[in-house]
Amino acid sequence: MKRYSAFAVAREAMTYHQGWERAWRSPEPRDAYEVIVIGAGGHGLATAYYLGREHGIKNVAVIEKGWLGGGNTGRNTTIIRSNYLQDPSAAIYEKARALYEDLSQDLNYNIMFSPRGVMMVAQTHHEVRGYQRTAHANALQGVTTEFITPERVKELCPIIEINGPRYPVLGALWQARGGTARHDAVAWGYARKCSDMGMDIIQKTEVTGIRQKNGVVTGVETSRGPINCKKLCIVVAGHSSQLAEMAGFRLPIESVALQALVSEPIKPCMDVVVMANTVHGYLSQSDKGEMVIGGGTDGFNNYTQRGSFHHIEETVRALTETFPMLARLKMLRQWGGIVDMTGDRSPILSTTPLGNTFVNCGWGTGGFKAIPGSGFAMAELVARGEPGPLAAAFSLGRFTEGRFIDESVAAGVAH
Amino acid sequence: MLVLTCPYCGVAAEETELHAGGEAHLKRFGPGASDEDFTGYLFGRENPKGVHFERWLHANGCGKWFHAARCTATLELFGTYSAQLTEPPEPIRKAISAKRPGWRWREFS
Ligand SMILES: [Zn+2]
Repeated sequence: MKRYSAFAVAREAMTYHQGWERAWRSPEPRDAYEVIVIGAGGHGLATAYYLGREHGIKNVAVIEKGWLGGGNTGRNTTIIRSNYLQDPSAAIYEKARALYEDLSQDLNYNIMFSPRGVMMVAQTHHEVRGYQRTAHANALQGVTTEFITPERVKELCPIIEINGPRYPVLGALWQARGGTARHDAVAWGYARKCSDMGMDIIQKTEVTGIRQKNGVVTGVETSRGPINCKKLCIVVAGHSSQLAEMAGFRLPIESVALQALVSEPIKPCMDVVVMANTVHGYLSQSDKGEMVIGGGTDGFNNYTQRGSFHHIEETVRALTETFPMLARLKMLRQWGGIVDMTGDRSPILSTTPLGNTFVNCGWGTGGFKAIPGSGFAMAELVARGEPGPLAAAFSLGRFTEGRFIDESVAAGVAH
Repeated sequence: MLVLTCPYCGVAAEETELHAGGEAHLKRFGPGASDEDFTGYLFGRENPKGVHFERWLHANGCGKWFHAARCTATLELFGTYSAQLTEPPEPIRKAISAKRPGWRWREFS
Protein backbone atom coordinates (compact mmCIF):
# COMPACT_ATOMS: atom_id res chain seq x y z
CA MET A 1 0.00 0.00 0.00
CA LYS A 2 1.36 3.40 -0.95
CA ARG A 3 1.36 5.84 1.97
CA TYR A 4 -0.73 8.97 1.58
CA SER A 5 1.23 12.18 2.22
CA ALA A 6 1.90 15.62 0.78
CA PHE A 7 4.97 14.13 -0.92
CA ALA A 8 2.81 11.41 -2.48
CA VAL A 9 0.51 14.05 -3.93
CA ALA A 10 3.52 15.87 -5.39
CA ARG A 11 5.02 12.60 -6.71
CA GLU A 12 1.75 11.48 -8.31
CA ALA A 13 1.32 14.92 -9.86
CA MET A 14 4.40 14.10 -12.01
CA THR A 15 2.37 11.37 -13.73
CA TYR A 16 -0.88 13.34 -13.92
CA HIS A 17 -2.31 11.41 -10.93
CA GLN A 18 -2.61 8.26 -13.04
CA GLY A 19 -0.62 6.17 -10.58
CA TRP A 20 -2.93 6.07 -7.54
CA GLU A 21 -3.85 2.52 -6.62
CA ARG A 22 -7.27 1.40 -5.40
CA ALA A 23 -7.70 1.99 -1.67
CA TRP A 24 -8.78 -1.61 -1.05
CA ARG A 25 -8.92 -4.86 -3.02
CA SER A 26 -12.19 -6.50 -4.06
CA PRO A 27 -11.18 -10.17 -3.91
CA GLU A 28 -13.14 -13.34 -4.62
CA PRO A 29 -14.10 -14.98 -1.31
CA ARG A 30 -11.85 -17.82 -0.18
CA ASP A 31 -13.22 -21.15 1.15
CA ALA A 32 -12.47 -20.42 4.79
CA TYR A 33 -11.37 -17.72 7.21
CA GLU A 34 -10.52 -17.65 10.87
CA VAL A 35 -13.03 -14.85 11.51
CA ILE A 36 -15.92 -13.66 9.37
CA VAL A 37 -17.40 -10.27 10.18
CA ILE A 38 -20.85 -9.71 8.66
CA GLY A 39 -21.38 -6.05 7.83
CA ALA A 40 -18.81 -3.66 6.33
CA GLY A 41 -20.02 -0.55 8.09
CA GLY A 42 -17.86 1.42 10.49
CA HIS A 43 -18.35 -0.98 13.41
CA GLY A 44 -17.66 -4.13 11.36
CA LEU A 45 -14.57 -2.70 9.67
CA ALA A 46 -13.25 -1.30 12.97
CA THR A 47 -13.74 -4.73 14.58
CA ALA A 48 -11.70 -6.31 11.77
CA TYR A 49 -9.02 -3.61 11.99
CA TYR A 50 -8.48 -3.97 15.75
CA LEU A 51 -8.55 -7.80 15.42
CA GLY A 52 -5.51 -7.38 13.19
CA ARG A 53 -3.78 -4.52 14.99
CA GLU A 54 -4.36 -5.54 18.61
CA HIS A 55 -4.63 -9.32 18.41
CA GLY A 56 -2.69 -10.34 15.29
CA ILE A 57 -5.73 -12.05 13.72
CA LYS A 58 -5.51 -11.17 10.02
CA ASN A 59 -7.20 -14.15 8.38
CA VAL A 60 -10.45 -12.21 8.34
CA ALA A 61 -13.25 -11.58 5.83
CA VAL A 62 -15.73 -8.72 6.09
CA ILE A 63 -18.88 -9.59 4.14
CA GLU A 64 -21.26 -6.83 3.06
CA LYS A 65 -24.56 -7.24 1.23
CA GLY A 66 -24.51 -3.73 -0.22
CA TRP A 67 -21.53 -1.47 -0.56
CA LEU A 68 -18.96 -0.57 2.05
CA GLY A 69 -20.21 2.11 4.45
CA GLY A 70 -23.55 2.40 2.61
CA GLY A 71 -25.76 1.81 5.63
CA ASN A 72 -25.93 3.91 8.76
CA THR A 73 -22.22 4.77 8.54
CA GLY A 74 -23.03 6.95 5.54
CA ARG A 75 -26.37 8.19 6.90
CA ASN A 76 -25.64 9.71 10.30
CA THR A 77 -25.01 13.31 11.32
CA THR A 78 -21.32 12.61 12.18
CA ILE A 79 -21.45 13.85 15.79
CA ILE A 80 -18.77 12.59 18.20
CA ARG A 81 -19.15 13.00 21.97
CA SER A 82 -18.80 10.92 25.13
CA ASN A 83 -20.78 12.92 27.74
CA TYR A 84 -22.84 9.96 28.98
CA LEU A 85 -24.15 9.48 32.49
CA GLN A 86 -23.56 5.80 33.17
CA ASP A 87 -20.01 4.52 33.72
CA PRO A 88 -20.01 1.72 31.10
CA SER A 89 -21.31 4.13 28.41
CA ALA A 90 -18.85 6.88 29.31
CA ALA A 91 -16.00 4.33 29.20
CA ILE A 92 -16.72 2.96 25.71
CA TYR A 93 -17.74 6.29 24.13
CA GLU A 94 -14.71 8.06 25.64
CA LYS A 95 -12.43 5.27 24.37
CA ALA A 96 -13.95 5.88 20.93
CA ARG A 97 -13.55 9.65 21.16
CA ALA A 98 -9.94 9.26 22.30
CA LEU A 99 -9.19 6.90 19.38
CA TYR A 100 -10.82 9.39 16.97
CA GLU A 101 -8.27 12.03 18.09
CA ASP A 102 -5.40 10.41 16.19
CA LEU A 103 -7.31 8.05 13.91
CA SER A 104 -6.19 9.95 10.79
CA GLN A 105 -2.53 9.33 11.69
CA ASP A 106 -3.21 5.74 12.76
CA LEU A 107 -5.01 4.87 9.51
CA ASN A 108 -2.93 7.18 7.28
CA TYR A 109 -6.29 8.40 6.00
CA ASN A 110 -7.75 11.83 6.65
CA ILE A 111 -11.01 11.24 8.51
CA MET A 112 -11.31 15.00 9.08
CA PHE A 113 -11.84 14.70 12.83
CA SER A 114 -12.85 18.16 13.97
CA PRO A 115 -13.02 18.53 17.77
CA ARG A 116 -15.03 21.72 17.48
CA GLY A 117 -16.98 21.18 20.69
CA VAL A 118 -20.44 19.77 21.35
CA MET A 119 -23.03 21.54 23.48
CA MET A 120 -26.26 20.02 24.69
CA VAL A 121 -28.45 22.95 25.62
CA ALA A 122 -30.73 22.76 28.65
CA GLN A 123 -34.13 24.32 28.01
CA THR A 124 -36.03 23.10 31.07
CA HIS A 125 -35.08 23.08 34.76
CA HIS A 126 -35.22 19.30 34.68
CA GLU A 127 -32.60 19.34 31.93
CA VAL A 128 -30.41 21.77 33.90
CA ARG A 129 -30.35 19.38 36.85
CA GLY A 130 -29.83 16.40 34.54
CA TYR A 131 -26.85 17.94 32.74
CA GLN A 132 -25.27 19.21 35.96
CA ARG A 133 -25.50 15.66 37.25
CA THR A 134 -23.93 14.37 34.01
CA ALA A 135 -21.11 16.93 34.28
CA HIS A 136 -20.35 15.71 37.82
CA ALA A 137 -20.51 12.07 36.70
CA ASN A 138 -18.20 12.87 33.76
CA ALA A 139 -15.69 14.49 36.13
CA LEU A 140 -15.54 11.24 38.11
CA GLN A 141 -15.28 9.20 34.90
CA GLY A 142 -12.40 11.27 33.52
CA VAL A 143 -14.50 12.69 30.68
CA THR A 144 -13.89 16.41 30.30
CA THR A 145 -17.23 18.25 30.24
CA GLU A 146 -18.57 21.31 32.02
CA PHE A 147 -21.91 22.97 32.60
CA ILE A 148 -21.88 26.44 31.04
CA THR A 149 -24.08 29.52 31.36
CA PRO A 150 -26.49 30.86 28.69
CA GLU A 151 -24.08 33.78 28.11
CA ARG A 152 -21.27 31.33 27.33
CA VAL A 153 -23.65 29.40 25.02
CA LYS A 154 -24.34 32.61 23.09
CA GLU A 155 -20.61 33.36 22.93
CA LEU A 156 -19.78 29.91 21.53
CA CYS A 157 -22.76 29.86 19.15
CA PRO A 158 -23.88 33.39 18.21
CA ILE A 159 -26.73 32.22 15.93
CA ILE A 160 -28.65 30.56 18.78
CA GLU A 161 -31.68 32.34 20.30
CA ILE A 162 -31.23 32.00 24.08
CA ASN A 163 -34.33 34.00 25.05
CA GLY A 164 -36.90 32.04 23.07
CA PRO A 165 -40.51 32.44 24.23
CA ARG A 166 -41.19 28.75 24.80
CA TYR A 167 -37.89 27.23 25.82
CA PRO A 168 -35.21 29.79 26.76
CA VAL A 169 -31.69 28.38 26.97
CA LEU A 170 -30.85 27.92 30.68
CA GLY A 171 -27.34 26.53 30.23
CA ALA A 172 -25.58 23.72 28.43
CA LEU A 173 -23.44 20.64 28.88
CA TRP A 174 -20.27 21.48 26.95
CA GLN A 175 -17.72 18.94 25.74
CA ALA A 176 -14.92 20.95 24.15
CA ARG A 177 -13.18 17.89 22.61
CA GLY A 178 -16.34 16.49 21.06
CA GLY A 179 -17.05 17.33 17.44
CA THR A 180 -17.51 15.75 14.04
CA ALA A 181 -15.65 13.62 11.49
CA ARG A 182 -16.13 12.69 7.85
CA HIS A 183 -18.29 9.58 8.23
CA ASP A 184 -17.52 7.94 4.86
CA ALA A 185 -13.81 8.44 5.42
CA VAL A 186 -13.97 6.51 8.69
CA ALA A 187 -15.28 3.45 6.81
CA TRP A 188 -12.89 3.99 3.89
CA GLY A 189 -9.86 4.48 6.15
CA TYR A 190 -10.53 1.29 8.12
CA ALA A 191 -11.26 -0.63 4.90
CA ARG A 192 -7.98 0.45 3.34
CA LYS A 193 -5.97 -0.63 6.40
CA CYS A 194 -7.86 -3.94 6.71
CA SER A 195 -7.21 -4.69 3.03
CA ASP A 196 -3.55 -3.78 3.53
CA MET A 197 -3.31 -6.30 6.39
CA GLY A 198 -4.50 -9.01 3.98
CA MET A 199 -8.13 -9.09 5.07
CA ASP A 200 -10.78 -9.64 2.38
CA ILE A 201 -13.61 -7.12 2.10
CA ILE A 202 -16.32 -8.85 0.10
CA GLN A 203 -19.01 -6.44 -1.04
CA LYS A 204 -22.36 -7.11 -2.77
CA THR A 205 -22.54 -10.50 -1.06
CA GLU A 206 -25.51 -11.27 1.12
CA VAL A 207 -25.39 -13.76 3.97
CA THR A 208 -28.41 -16.04 3.54
CA GLY A 209 -27.77 -18.60 6.26
CA ILE A 210 -25.53 -19.50 9.17
CA ARG A 211 -24.04 -23.01 9.34
CA GLN A 212 -23.60 -24.69 12.68
CA LYS A 213 -22.59 -28.06 14.09
CA ASN A 214 -23.11 -29.18 17.71
CA GLY A 215 -24.09 -25.67 18.76
CA VAL A 216 -20.97 -24.06 17.29
CA VAL A 217 -20.79 -21.94 14.16
CA THR A 218 -18.95 -23.47 11.17
CA GLY A 219 -19.58 -20.90 8.46
CA VAL A 220 -22.09 -18.89 6.47
CA GLU A 221 -24.16 -19.40 3.34
CA THR A 222 -23.92 -16.42 1.02
CA SER A 223 -25.26 -15.33 -2.33
CA ARG A 224 -21.82 -16.33 -3.68
CA GLY A 225 -21.68 -19.74 -2.02
CA PRO A 226 -20.70 -21.08 1.39
CA ILE A 227 -17.72 -19.74 3.34
CA ASN A 228 -16.36 -21.48 6.43
CA CYS A 229 -15.11 -19.79 9.56
CA LYS A 230 -13.99 -20.55 13.09
CA LYS A 231 -15.57 -17.44 14.57
CA LEU A 232 -18.45 -15.26 13.40
CA CYS A 233 -19.15 -11.66 14.30
CA ILE A 234 -22.54 -10.15 13.38
CA VAL A 235 -22.37 -6.35 13.03
CA VAL A 236 -25.39 -5.40 10.93
CA ALA A 237 -27.32 -2.75 12.91
CA GLY A 238 -30.93 -2.63 11.62
CA HIS A 239 -30.85 -6.19 10.25
CA SER A 240 -29.48 -7.81 13.43
CA SER A 241 -32.78 -9.59 14.14
CA GLN A 242 -32.71 -11.31 10.72
CA LEU A 243 -29.14 -12.56 11.20
CA ALA A 244 -29.92 -13.66 14.76
CA GLU A 245 -32.87 -15.65 13.44
CA MET A 246 -30.54 -17.42 10.97
CA ALA A 247 -28.26 -18.24 13.90
CA GLY A 248 -31.22 -19.50 15.94
CA PHE A 249 -31.63 -16.92 18.69
CA ARG A 250 -33.67 -13.78 19.39
CA LEU A 251 -32.44 -10.29 20.19
CA PRO A 252 -34.11 -7.58 22.28
CA ILE A 253 -34.05 -5.30 19.25
CA GLU A 254 -36.59 -3.37 17.20
CA SER A 255 -35.68 -1.66 13.92
CA VAL A 256 -37.01 1.81 13.22
CA ALA A 257 -36.25 4.59 10.75
CA LEU A 258 -34.21 7.61 11.88
CA GLN A 259 -34.08 10.65 9.63
CA ALA A 260 -31.64 13.43 8.89
CA LEU A 261 -31.56 16.31 6.44
CA VAL A 262 -29.17 18.96 5.14
CA SER A 263 -29.75 22.50 4.00
CA GLU A 264 -28.33 24.34 1.03
CA PRO A 265 -24.71 25.37 1.68
CA ILE A 266 -24.17 28.76 3.32
CA LYS A 267 -21.13 30.68 4.55
CA PRO A 268 -19.61 29.58 7.88
CA CYS A 269 -21.96 30.63 10.68
CA MET A 270 -21.52 28.00 13.36
CA ASP A 271 -18.34 26.24 14.48
CA VAL A 272 -19.77 24.02 17.22
CA VAL A 273 -22.28 21.18 17.36
CA VAL A 274 -25.55 22.04 19.13
CA MET A 275 -28.05 19.50 20.43
CA ALA A 276 -31.39 20.72 21.74
CA ASN A 277 -33.08 17.67 23.18
CA THR A 278 -36.22 19.30 24.58
CA VAL A 279 -37.33 20.55 21.18
CA HIS A 280 -35.50 17.60 19.57
CA GLY A 281 -33.15 19.06 17.02
CA TYR A 282 -29.45 18.83 16.53
CA LEU A 283 -27.34 20.87 14.22
CA SER A 284 -23.84 21.35 12.90
CA GLN A 285 -22.32 22.92 9.80
CA SER A 286 -20.38 20.74 7.38
CA ASP A 287 -17.16 21.86 5.71
CA LYS A 288 -19.20 22.33 2.52
CA GLY A 289 -21.40 24.82 4.37
CA GLU A 290 -24.53 22.70 4.61
CA MET A 291 -26.37 22.75 7.92
CA VAL A 292 -26.55 19.08 8.95
CA ILE A 293 -29.73 18.38 10.89
CA GLY A 294 -30.69 15.30 12.85
CA GLY A 295 -34.34 14.37 13.02
CA GLY A 296 -36.49 11.96 14.97
CA THR A 297 -37.33 8.26 14.86
CA ASP A 298 -40.65 6.74 13.91
CA GLY A 299 -42.57 4.97 16.65
CA PHE A 300 -43.08 1.80 14.64
CA ASN A 301 -40.95 -0.96 13.09
CA ASN A 302 -39.77 0.00 9.64
CA TYR A 303 -37.12 -1.22 7.18
CA THR A 304 -37.75 1.26 4.36
CA GLN A 305 -34.82 3.68 4.98
CA ARG A 306 -37.20 6.61 4.83
CA GLY A 307 -39.14 8.11 7.67
CA SER A 308 -42.43 9.87 8.19
CA PHE A 309 -42.69 13.43 6.95
CA HIS A 310 -44.18 14.85 10.11
CA HIS A 311 -40.89 14.20 11.93
CA ILE A 312 -39.16 16.55 9.53
CA GLU A 313 -41.80 19.14 10.22
CA GLU A 314 -41.23 18.76 13.98
CA THR A 315 -37.47 18.97 13.61
CA VAL A 316 -37.54 22.03 11.38
CA ARG A 317 -40.06 23.71 13.69
CA ALA A 318 -37.74 23.13 16.65
CA LEU A 319 -34.73 24.44 14.80
CA THR A 320 -36.33 27.61 13.47
CA GLU A 321 -37.38 28.38 17.02
CA THR A 322 -33.90 27.82 18.44
CA PHE A 323 -32.03 29.23 15.40
CA PRO A 324 -34.35 31.87 13.85
CA MET A 325 -31.90 32.68 11.04
CA LEU A 326 -32.37 29.16 9.63
CA ALA A 327 -36.00 29.91 8.77
CA ARG A 328 -35.03 31.23 5.34
CA LEU A 329 -32.86 28.23 4.40
CA LYS A 330 -33.93 25.71 1.79
CA MET A 331 -33.41 22.07 2.59
CA LEU A 332 -31.45 20.09 0.02
CA ARG A 333 -31.77 16.42 0.92
CA GLN A 334 -33.51 14.18 3.43
CA TRP A 335 -32.81 10.51 4.08
CA GLY A 336 -33.36 7.73 6.59
CA GLY A 337 -31.41 4.88 8.11
CA ILE A 338 -32.67 1.80 9.93
CA VAL A 339 -31.52 1.88 13.54
CA ASP A 340 -31.55 -1.02 16.00
CA MET A 341 -33.15 -0.02 19.29
CA THR A 342 -32.74 -2.01 22.51
CA GLY A 343 -34.96 -1.83 25.58
CA ASP A 344 -32.46 0.28 27.56
CA ARG A 345 -31.18 2.23 24.53
CA SER A 346 -27.66 0.90 25.10
CA PRO A 347 -25.71 -1.34 22.71
CA ILE A 348 -25.09 -5.08 22.85
CA LEU A 349 -21.52 -6.42 22.51
CA SER A 350 -21.88 -10.00 23.48
CA THR A 351 -21.36 -13.71 23.10
CA THR A 352 -24.52 -15.45 21.90
CA PRO A 353 -26.29 -18.79 22.45
CA LEU A 354 -24.47 -20.08 19.33
CA GLY A 355 -20.86 -21.04 20.03
CA ASN A 356 -18.05 -18.84 18.66
CA THR A 357 -20.65 -16.36 17.43
CA PHE A 358 -20.63 -12.77 18.63
CA VAL A 359 -22.99 -9.88 18.12
CA ASN A 360 -22.38 -6.13 18.07
CA CYS A 361 -25.63 -4.21 17.67
CA GLY A 362 -28.17 -2.03 19.41
CA TRP A 363 -26.28 1.23 18.89
CA GLY A 364 -29.62 2.70 17.94
CA THR A 365 -29.54 6.36 17.06
CA GLY A 366 -25.96 6.97 18.26
CA GLY A 367 -23.51 4.54 16.71
CA PHE A 368 -21.18 6.69 14.63
CA LYS A 369 -19.46 8.33 17.60
CA ALA A 370 -18.67 4.89 19.04
CA ILE A 371 -17.10 3.23 15.99
CA PRO A 372 -13.44 3.03 17.11
CA GLY A 373 -14.28 2.10 20.72
CA SER A 374 -16.87 -0.42 19.59
CA GLY A 375 -14.41 -2.05 17.19
CA PHE A 376 -11.69 -2.08 19.85
CA ALA A 377 -13.94 -3.71 22.47
CA MET A 378 -15.47 -6.13 19.97
CA ALA A 379 -12.07 -7.29 18.67
CA GLU A 380 -11.06 -8.09 22.24
CA LEU A 381 -14.28 -10.06 22.74
CA VAL A 382 -13.90 -12.02 19.48
CA ALA A 383 -10.18 -12.71 19.95
CA ARG A 384 -10.45 -13.91 23.57
CA GLY A 385 -13.94 -15.37 23.44
CA GLU A 386 -14.87 -13.35 26.52
CA PRO A 387 -15.43 -9.62 26.98
CA GLY A 388 -12.78 -7.22 28.24
CA PRO A 389 -13.55 -4.32 30.59
CA LEU A 390 -15.15 -2.14 27.88
CA ALA A 391 -17.63 -4.74 26.60
CA ALA A 392 -18.44 -6.63 29.81
CA ALA A 393 -21.42 -4.51 30.87
CA PHE A 394 -22.99 -4.67 27.39
CA SER A 395 -23.72 -8.42 27.37
CA LEU A 396 -27.03 -9.92 26.28
CA GLY A 397 -27.33 -11.36 29.78
CA ARG A 398 -28.02 -7.93 31.25
CA PHE A 399 -31.64 -8.14 30.10
CA THR A 400 -32.17 -11.32 32.14
CA GLU A 401 -30.18 -10.11 35.12
CA GLY A 402 -31.71 -6.64 35.23
CA ARG A 403 -28.37 -4.84 34.87
CA PHE A 404 -29.62 -2.23 32.43
CA ILE A 405 -27.46 0.64 31.26
CA ASP A 406 -30.32 3.02 31.29
CA GLU A 407 -29.15 6.03 29.32
CA SER A 408 -32.56 6.97 27.93
CA VAL A 409 -34.21 7.22 31.31
CA ALA A 410 -31.29 8.50 33.37
CA ALA A 411 -30.04 11.17 31.02
CA GLY A 412 -33.13 11.77 28.91
CA VAL A 413 -30.95 12.51 25.89
CA ALA A 414 -31.09 11.78 22.24
CA HIS A 415 -28.02 9.71 21.45
CA MET B 1 -47.56 8.69 5.91
CA LEU B 2 -49.23 5.58 7.29
CA VAL B 3 -53.03 5.57 7.14
CA LEU B 4 -54.75 2.93 9.29
CA THR B 5 -58.51 2.48 9.41
CA CYS B 6 -59.71 2.29 13.01
CA PRO B 7 -61.92 -0.81 13.33
CA TYR B 8 -64.02 0.90 16.03
CA CYS B 9 -64.94 4.31 14.67
CA GLY B 10 -64.17 3.54 11.02
CA VAL B 11 -62.03 6.64 10.54
CA ALA B 12 -59.11 6.35 8.11
CA ALA B 13 -56.62 7.76 10.61
CA GLU B 14 -53.28 9.24 9.64
CA GLU B 15 -50.16 8.34 11.55
CA THR B 16 -50.16 11.65 13.47
CA GLU B 17 -53.57 10.74 14.85
CA LEU B 18 -52.32 7.39 16.12
CA HIS B 19 -49.85 6.09 18.66
CA ALA B 20 -47.85 2.93 17.93
CA GLY B 21 -48.06 0.37 20.71
CA GLY B 22 -45.55 -2.27 19.62
CA GLU B 23 -45.78 -6.02 19.08
CA ALA B 24 -49.25 -7.55 19.21
CA HIS B 25 -50.52 -10.72 20.89
CA LEU B 26 -47.84 -10.81 23.61
CA LYS B 27 -47.96 -13.71 26.01
CA ARG B 28 -47.65 -12.20 29.45
CA PHE B 29 -45.44 -13.73 32.13
CA GLY B 30 -45.33 -12.64 35.74
CA PRO B 31 -44.22 -13.91 39.16
CA GLY B 32 -43.30 -17.57 39.06
CA ALA B 33 -42.27 -17.51 35.39
CA SER B 34 -38.81 -18.68 34.37
CA ASP B 35 -36.13 -16.00 33.85
CA GLU B 36 -36.09 -16.85 30.14
CA ASP B 37 -39.86 -16.41 29.73
CA PHE B 38 -39.92 -13.20 31.74
CA THR B 39 -36.98 -11.68 29.80
CA GLY B 40 -38.58 -12.74 26.54
CA TYR B 41 -41.84 -11.06 27.52
CA LEU B 42 -40.18 -7.84 28.70
CA PHE B 43 -37.46 -7.38 26.09
CA GLY B 44 -37.59 -10.05 23.36
CA ARG B 45 -39.34 -8.64 20.29
CA GLU B 46 -40.48 -9.89 16.93
CA ASN B 47 -38.66 -7.64 14.49
CA PRO B 48 -39.55 -9.07 11.08
CA LYS B 49 -38.66 -7.54 7.74
CA GLY B 50 -42.08 -8.23 6.26
CA VAL B 51 -45.41 -9.24 7.79
CA HIS B 52 -45.85 -7.82 11.30
CA PHE B 53 -48.70 -7.55 13.82
CA GLU B 54 -48.91 -4.53 16.07
CA ARG B 55 -51.09 -2.72 18.56
CA TRP B 56 -52.08 0.85 17.78
CA LEU B 57 -53.95 3.46 19.78
CA HIS B 58 -56.38 5.82 18.06
CA ALA B 59 -55.01 8.53 20.37
CA ASN B 60 -56.38 11.69 18.76
CA GLY B 61 -59.64 10.01 17.81
CA CYS B 62 -61.93 7.58 19.55
CA GLY B 63 -59.18 6.65 22.04
CA LYS B 64 -59.47 2.91 21.46
CA TRP B 65 -56.66 0.35 21.08
CA PHE B 66 -56.78 -1.90 18.03
CA HIS B 67 -54.61 -4.36 16.08
CA ALA B 68 -53.00 -3.86 12.67
CA ALA B 69 -51.29 -6.24 10.22
CA ARG B 70 -48.62 -4.45 8.26
CA CYS B 71 -45.52 -5.06 6.13
CA THR B 72 -42.42 -3.43 7.65
CA ALA B 73 -40.50 -3.70 4.37
CA THR B 74 -43.04 -1.83 2.21
CA LEU B 75 -45.30 -0.08 4.79
CA GLU B 76 -48.25 -1.82 3.12
CA LEU B 77 -51.29 -2.31 5.36
CA PHE B 78 -53.08 -5.68 5.25
CA GLY B 79 -55.88 -4.73 7.61
CA THR B 80 -56.91 -3.76 11.13
CA TYR B 81 -58.96 -5.69 13.67
CA SER B 82 -60.34 -5.56 17.18
CA ALA B 83 -58.10 -5.36 20.23
CA GLN B 84 -60.30 -8.02 21.87
CA LEU B 85 -58.99 -10.76 19.55
CA THR B 86 -56.08 -12.86 20.78
CA GLU B 87 -55.00 -13.87 17.29
CA PRO B 88 -55.37 -12.47 13.76
CA PRO B 89 -58.82 -13.30 12.31
CA GLU B 90 -59.26 -15.37 9.14
CA PRO B 91 -60.01 -12.44 6.75
CA ILE B 92 -56.76 -10.73 7.81
CA ARG B 93 -54.76 -13.94 7.37
CA LYS B 94 -56.32 -14.44 3.92
CA ALA B 95 -55.50 -10.86 2.92
CA ILE B 96 -51.87 -11.42 3.93
CA SER B 97 -51.65 -14.81 2.21
CA ALA B 98 -52.92 -13.25 -1.03
CA LYS B 99 -49.94 -10.90 -1.06
CA ARG B 100 -47.28 -12.76 0.94
CA PRO B 101 -47.81 -16.51 0.29
CA GLY B 102 -46.14 -18.68 2.90
CA TRP B 103 -45.84 -15.92 5.51
CA ARG B 104 -45.08 -16.81 9.13
CA TRP B 105 -45.16 -14.71 12.29
CA ARG B 106 -44.50 -16.39 15.63
CA GLU B 107 -47.00 -19.30 15.80
CA PHE B 108 -49.32 -17.80 13.18
CA SER B 109 -49.22 -18.51 9.43
ZN1 LIG C 1 -61.08 5.16 16.28
